Amino acid sequence: MVKKVVTGNYAAAYGSMRARVRCVAAYPITPQTFIVEHISEFVNNGEMDCEYVEVESEHSAMSTCVSASATGVRTFTATSSQGLALMHEILPIASGMRLPVVMAVVNRAIAAPINIWVEHNDIMPERDSGWIQVFCDNNQEVHDMVLQAFKIAEDKRVALPMTVGLDAFILSHTVEPVDLMDQEAADKFLPKYVPPGPILDPDDPAVVGVFTPPEYMMECRWNQDKAMREAPKVIEEVNAAFAKQFGRNHGGMIDPYMVDDADVVLITLGTASSTAHEVVDDMRKEGKKVGLVKLRFWRPYPTAQLRKIAEKAKAVGVFDRAVSYGVAGPSFIELRNAAYGLTVPTMNFIGGLGGRDVSLADIRFMYERLLEAAKTGKIRREITWMGTRGVEQ
Amino acid sequence: MKLKEMPDEELFTRGHTACAGCGAAIAARNLIKVLGKDTVAVTPACCLLIFSATYPLAAWKIPFHHVAFENTAACATGIKRALKVRGKDDTTVMGIAGDGGTADIGIQALSGAAERNEDILYVMYDNEAYMNTGIQRSGSTPFGAWTTTTPVGKVKAGKANFKKDMPQIMMAHNVPYVATASVGHIQDFINKFEKAKKIKGFRYIQVYTPCPTGWRHDTSKTIEICKLAVDTGMWTLYESENGKVTINRKPKMTPVQEYLKLQGRFRHMTEADIKKLQDWATKKWQADEKYAQCKSA
Repeated sequence: MVKKVVTGNYAAAYGSMRARVRCVAAYPITPQTFIVEHISEFVNNGEMDCEYVEVESEHSAMSTCVSASATGVRTFTATSSQGLALMHEILPIASGMRLPVVMAVVNRAIAAPINIWVEHNDIMPERDSGWIQVFCDNNQEVHDMVLQAFKIAEDKRVALPMTVGLDAFILSHTVEPVDLMDQEAADKFLPKYVPPGPILDPDDPAVVGVFTPPEYMMECRWNQDKAMREAPKVIEEVNAAFAKQFGRNHGGMIDPYMVDDADVVLITLGTASSTAHEVVDDMRKEGKKVGLVKLRFWRPYPTAQLRKIAEKAKAVGVFDRAVSYGVAGPSFIELRNAAYGLTVPTMNFIGGLGGRDVSLADIRFMYERLLEAAKTGKIRREITWMGTRGVEQ
Repeated sequence: MKLKEMPDEELFTRGHTACAGCGAAIAARNLIKVLGKDTVAVTPACCLLIFSATYPLAAWKIPFHHVAFENTAACATGIKRALKVRGKDDTTVMGIAGDGGTADIGIQALSGAAERNEDILYVMYDNEAYMNTGIQRSGSTPFGAWTTTTPVGKVKAGKANFKKDMPQIMMAHNVPYVATASVGHIQDFINKFEKAKKIKGFRYIQVYTPCPTGWRHDTSKTIEICKLAVDTGMWTLYESENGKVTINRKPKMTPVQEYLKLQGRFRHMTEADIKKLQDWATKKWQADEKYAQCKSA
């Protein structure tokens, strides 16, 4: 193990090398580009034994990954924003074929207006693509989750593709100290690739991805849904195995902080969690009973776990770095589903869009509003657009 | 390999559901006999997918793959790279798509794979329209042809533009092998697939495959139409091996009228339009011949 100060993009690329990925097809896009550059360097320096395909688009990147995976090799790619949107068509094909492709997604705003900074509106439309989706909070987690992702995705009970999300620039371009895994330890954690399903092999011909009539479609969908429902168990197992071997526990489906005795709880995705963590520490010193749930997995969603937390809390807030126009933040909509029928006040805070800063003061504001709701039992407004000019807070 | 030496074993078997007289089915059956068992094929959403592999049945005795419509060349790339990783670099990987999946929606992935000189064989079966969705115009549809999106109306009738010259586009990529073939010239077809099988790097073969349903011709006329296409100059049989271009058959320059009159899709054409198409065919042949002369060494 080497401790190095590296960017999130480097951490992701390094993780894919340690996972012994044998085929990468990728296309550059800001702010993901460094991931594919680093992988190219590893390959050209002979450090990574991998077929690197410099495809002409993200659509082809995902297509090449799908077919390489269907031919029985461990496959990785990375993208962001518009690139993810261009891949959209092929994402449900990867999951429908039950192929354990892993992809780093550097979360960036989707156009228009064109903007290269962090937002989660790029991945939210992929909610129902059938991919397992995790959001990371720091560069160590990015590195570790690339390895965990393969172990989760390749598990026969799951056999689904998975994205590892990292916030644009905040992680992708910011350096942090990261324990970079050595190959021996990585191999112990993630053994040699065994395809979870049939593959394209001239010695044992099979058809993969052919036309399927109504008589069989329901069963295909049912099995895919079943795999997603079983994934949380595998996610927790993999997290536990990783924590045992490496001494780093990033949490499974969720990573709760100071939640047990909390009056109010804020739920965050991605790097806003670190900021909120600081605010919780500060406010706890002031005697305020605030808690934080770092929501790690977006699909599958920890519905039952969050319902239990909501049952105990006096107010629950959700911070969203995305919006489902005319309704609310996507993560808030999920929480309301989880908390259906409960009387606990729930509030949505939408902010940090297109890379707008999310400060300690912003998070404190959210907690203050939640504490007020906990005290009065009433919410001032259900959806608050943080620091938006011309919009009442 | 001579036609009579072709193996008896069918790797594209009976029971597929192609229409009678389908050129694409003739192409599939014969090309896989030449390429053999050590082949993996990928096809987009097209006639070939539907008539040859609908779960739980498949006519193929080789691994057969479908992903989407516009990415056949990218998928073939993925298969090839993965086979290389698995030590099966000698396996032939074939992407096989129609003209819509190749010349229109698939051209980006195709161009990318050709530019990277991926070690794959890309076959375009050219039936000159989107037949699987019900005969819509493609970039490969010839001038004047009726399709369901170039209907014969009171103001306009048939396709207003000329056929996209895909073989030339592919030759411009400077890949090891580009050829045109036809299911009506089977020995030439066998020779080309045999040759392509042995070459490393990117190979492109565009096969002329009539569609009785879409072209509105008698199902017994498929081969005759192929021969007329070549004889009239509507379809040039040629090949480019590492840039050296050879014409495989000179047209007799039979009037295009002879080719058109067998097909209902051209029935509405005016004399003026037929002359336009005749001029196009004449000029195209002249250009192809000149090109071959320039590239003869």
